[in-house]
Amino acid sequence: MASLGKIARRTFLIGSAAIAGGVAFGVYAARQPFPNPNLDDLSEGSASFNPWVIVDNERVTLIAPHADKGQGVFSTQAALIAEELDIELDQVEVSFGMPDQAYFNTAITEAAAGFPMYDHSPTAERVRGFLGGVAKLAIPMMATGGSSAMPDVYTKLREAGATARETLKLAASEESGVPVADLRTERGAVILPDGTELPYTALAARAATLAPVTDVALRDPSQWRMLGQPMDRIDIVQKSTGTLPYGIDFRTDDMRFATVKVNPRQGGAMNGYDASAAEAMPGVERIIEITGGVAVVANNTWRAIQAANAIEFDWGAAPYPADQAAHWEHLAGIFDDEHLNAEARVEGDVEAAAGEEITGEYRSPYIAHAPLEPLNATILVTEDRVDIWTGHQVQQFVEQVVAEITGHEVDNVHLHNQFMGGSFGHRLEFDFIRQAAEIAHQMRGTPVQMTYSREEDFVHDFPRHITMGRGVAKVLDGQVNALDVQIAGQSVMRSQMGRMGLSLPGPDTQLHEGAWDAPMFNLPNFRVRSYLTEALAPVSSWRAVGAGPNVFIFESLLDEAIHAAGADPLEERIRLMGHDVSVGVLEAVGDMCSWNGANIGEGRGRGVAYGFSFGVAVATVVEVTNTDGGIKLDHVWVAADVGRVLDPVNLENLAQGGTVFGLGHAINCEITYADGMAEQTNYHAHEGMRIWQCPPIEFRALENNPKIRGFGEPPIPPSAPALGNAIFAATGQRIREMPFNKHIAFV
Amino acid sequence: MRLTVNGTEHEVDVEPDMPLLWVLRDELNITGPKYGCGIAQCGACTVHVDGFAVRSCQLAIGDLQGDVTTIEGLGTPDNLHAVQEAWIEQQVAQCGYCQSGQIMQAADLLAANPTPSDEDIDAVMGGNLCRCGTYPRIRAAVHAAATKLQGA
Ligand code: FES
Ligand code: FES
Repeated sequence: MASLGKIARRTFLIGSAAIAGGVAFGVYAARQPFPNPNLDDLSEGSASFNPWVIVDNERVTLIAPHADKGQGVFSTQAALIAEELDIELDQVEVSFGMPDQAYFNTAITEAAAGFPMYDHSPTAERVRGFLGGVAKLAIPMMATGGSSAMPDVYTKLREAGATARETLKLAASEESGVPVADLRTERGAVILPDGTELPYTALAARAATLAPVTDVALRDPSQWRMLGQPMDRIDIVQKSTGTLPYGIDFRTDDMRFATVKVNPRQGGAMNGYDASAAEAMPGVERIIEITGGVAVVANNTWRAIQAANAIEFDWGAAPYPADQAAHWEHLAGIFDDEHLNAEARVEGDVEAAAGEEITGEYRSPYIAHAPLEPLNATILVTEDRVDIWTGHQVQQFVEQVVAEITGHEVDNVHLHNQFMGGSFGHRLEFDFIRQAAEIAHQMRGTPVQMTYSREEDFVHDFPRHITMGRGVAKVLDGQVNALDVQIAGQSVMRSQMGRMGLSLPGPDTQLHEGAWDAPMFNLPNFRVRSYLTEALAPVSSWRAVGAGPNVFIFESLLDEAIHAAGADPLEERIRLMGHDVSVGVLEAVGDMCSWNGANIGEGRGRGVAYGFSFGVAVATVVEVTNTDGGIKLDHVWVAADVGRVLDPVNLENLAQGGTVFGLGHAINCEITYADGMAEQTNYHAHEGMRIWQCPPIEFRALENNPKIRGFGEPPIPPSAPALGNAIFAATGQRIREMPFNKHIAFV
Repeated sequence: MRLTVNGTEHEVDVEPDMPLLWVLRDELNITGPKYGCGIAQCGACTVHVDGFAVRSCQLAIGDLQGDVTTIEGLGTPDNLHAVQEAWIEQQVAQCGYCQSGQIMQAADLLAANPTPSDEDIDAVMGGNLCRCGTYPRIRAAVHAAATKLQGA
């Protein structure tokens, strides 16, 4: 996600250069594939037909380059290749591969094209295609983020499988003398008309001598064997037996364990420290100064953490307001022209529109990513190369960042990407990589694993940005006639890119994402404006980014307006929506829960909300009861349209998990600053949701979206407003600030 | 100091206040039990001591009395425990990082209560945080494991 701004900036430069130097070259170069990196060190007798498939005489290896932070993309990437390759997932090895420009993400620039993601007009598609080509020339960015993995790989991985299959058939034809047309493939073998099976592995040596067959047609989804069916994730046995190594589990001979402490007032200076007590503690080998703080290297992580806690620090002041109240005060003061980020949507005339006015002010707090596996990285620096074992979403940048610190050529820096125990956006950041590299650089020849304590992971997180929303709605004749939404917040993209040494020109679209692009085409008067500040705490992309806070603001205001109009919350949303795919998910969720109004009896209520993010329309209904012990979540229904379902079980898991994530943080979590430091330093103060708050969650997937979309983030935005709207229906209390538990008790 | 983990005896040279979790992970390279919080808030470090679930980040090695079983000793990919079988059938894991602890806690729950209700599950599993939100599937898997163990 951090790449967007850089791409936008380069777009301009390359765009001009392409015009000056001749567009033909630009188009040609943009369409040429990158060289296959597997060919660099392929052993004798092995074949690699493209960057994703390697066959040798023992095994078939599939490369699944997108990072897996729990969303299951490791498995789905392999399935996309295997579907066309005619091989089963238990017959292949799957690897993340090594970072290479050949794996650059073609879909991640889509959101930067400046068109809503439901706009499939020729102009919008042309701009997206152009941006993709330009981005490839400017910075081929290998990255996993923005729910872009499936749009990126859906076609290219199936093509990779088909290309490999047809080349293997050609090899079999040469070997057997049987024409290709008479050959079939199944379970990793080419089958001759007489039933003889030639395993792919036996054909590798010959296939290696052939030019890959690239003129292949993809199968129609109706012919799929495994895609679209429930699949066993290929990592599921390991993840259920404790045998899957995450980055934090990496072990090698003679390694050391380290941890760091940097100023908890993010970005503040270290004026001094006293490590004399720490130096004498058991197992401590070295205390190393790093940028902004100190690292302890020991022979055990716990010993390193104990020693780091024994260091006395003199920390400088924070470069942002010390206390939380001042953050809110600052935001309240930027709704003006000077801070205008964009007038992102204007339909009709909200000011002149007639109707009874409803106004509201909404707040969305800072929240931490806090993936359950604390951030960590293991690095070994030697004279001629650097090896890195960590889980990261922007693989090639990791290698660049480390190369800058160690002084090696980037080509000699090798990231072995690891499975991640969650990320939620935290593994888009580079501080932990830099810190681990600074340590390893001073410990040349010794592999060092740097692990954040949970407390360091919290205080040194770059949380979700705080957002304040102000809305005016007008209702007329039982209908919503106007919505005027103003959003003030921080630029996540500028904050994040600033830490990468990049700048973002122009407005940050994430600041109004999820509000400006609400496809309510039947709303006659509609305006969305956003206001930007950079004066607050440093922030980062948090799962669903701008749409998280903005859909809460937008859908809460809309709900207030609908109730004031006396209309039905579901029917009025359907009426306002002029977008078939979105109408589809609203109707589906209504059908799933047998919607019959928001009021379902004394002390009980239902809330509905709609969210559009990363190209996916999602509708959520939450049902609650107001009990003596507080609000109880009884049931949740979610309908979403991802265009094409590749693995229904994994998709359901993501719908449920994303909803839990959205609801849990909306109910329970905020990061607040006091004396410049995050006050919440572990899960007791910021836990998300626990199992006893979790309601049954039913899910239905639709396939009307014209494009396939990723689903790691889209379930989150509508969950919070659906809950707030349900609480209103049950209690009459309208909650305009997250976390909700500041305003009402929960069971 | 001596301890028995998954049936194997080990000798370690550590201070008595080192938590069992870090003896397992960084001294013995038994990495199934995970570090999540270090303060008994997440359950990722859950192991069994003489069959009972304990938070290994809270148990000083000097206070350990009994044999330790980690997720690796509960069952293996070739010889799964019924709870692990159920976890696989229900496709519970997302990132999977919490699941060692969830499974160890669930095995303990089912040993004490072979037919838990949803309320029983919520009460016992409430200390095991899943940041990915796999709770609906955890409930289903505990019920499925209960059925398997009943049939066994
Ligand atoms: S690490 Fe022991 S409970 Fe979290
Ligand atoms: S599966 Fe990721 S924390 Fe539970």
